[in-house]
Amino acid sequence: MPDPHHLAPESAPSGRRRLLDALTHARRGRGQVIVAVLLAAVGFGAVTQVNSNDHDATYAGYREQDLIDVLSGLAGTTQRAQDELSRLQATRNRLTSVTQQRQAALDQAQSQVDVLAILAGQVPVTGPGIRVTITESTDQVDVDTFLDLIEELRSAGAEAIQVNGKVRLVASSSFEQGPDGLFVDHQLLSPPYTVDAIGSPDALYGAVEFARGPADEFADKGADVDVAKRDKLNLTAVHPTQ
Amino acid sequence: MIAALGLVVGIVLGLIFRPDVPTGLEPYLPIAVVAALDAVFGALRAFLDGIFDDKVFVVSFVSNVVIAAGIVWMGDKLGVGGQLSTGVIVVLGIRIFSNVAAIRRHIFHA
Repeated sequence: MPDPHHLAPESAPSGRRRLLDALTHARRGRGQVIVAVLLAAVGFGAVTQVNSNDHDATYAGYREQDLIDVLSGLAGTTQRAQDELSRLQATRNRLTSVTQQRQAALDQAQSQVDVLAILAGQVPVTGPGIRVTITESTDQVDVDTFLDLIEELRSAGAEAIQVNGKVRLVASSSFEQGPDGLFVDHQLLSPPYTVDAIGSPDALYGAVEFARGPADEFADKGADVDVAKRDKLNLTAVHPTQ
Repeated sequence: MIAALGLVVGIVLGLIFRPDVPTGLEPYLPIAVVAALDAVFGALRAFLDGIFDDKVFVVSFVSNVVIAAGIVWMGDKLGVGGQLSTGVIVVLGIRIFSNVAAIRRHIFHA
């Protein structure tokens, strides 16, 4: 294209002059009107497009392909959200099950603690059982016979045993013959002896009253034995903690 | 003078009436507007060159708009409407730039 600098001097009139001339002098003519109409169409179309672009937030003007792209984008987002959801649910389930396991272990440990506290004589106990009352009639009750009675009761499943309402028997309890009574856990007990045992009353009753059993043994040694089943016995004595 | 008034009148009419674009025409109106702008800049350049002819302008205007919209329409039918409209916009943009460059040389001699 020729350089306008070289053309400008001889080309009369110049482009700039022509433009100014056209803008300042309104010349009528078929060409002017047609150009005006077309320019009006351009302005109208442009403004219309700008308007519709401004407030058109819907998908009405989208092409089929654009809509498909939007849809698949949404589907991907949904898929990702679903994955995230199931991942979080799995985490929650895992945490819940861990919590439940921990709770179960805690419960088990607590019930074990309860059982051990009963066996160790650390807490008062209430429950069904038997009361054995031994009254000396002709002779003093000797410690072996008494120990046999306790062993039989333990074998029959006595969970807690208490003597004379004062001494709670545990695994380490000691028995000793005293001058006019028995030393149980270094505590002097005098007759009559009352042995409260908690457990199945029938089993405990059988453990005392079978042939050649503790009851007969006491009778041989000259003592009266009375065995009574009780629905509810209160063992209030506890073994002193070391 | 009358031409410039026509442009102003068109813009004002658009602002006053704020018409809704028919859904079927919606993809083609922006392309048609850009094609028309290309024709307008081409006409302005021809006017500054002193070779403006109203018949040529009308024909180029109408054919530009129709061909641009037609290409996009065909692209929509073929399933490549988005890409083709991008291509048309690029081509028209290049033409507008070169026309504006020529106009600039005429007006500013630079």
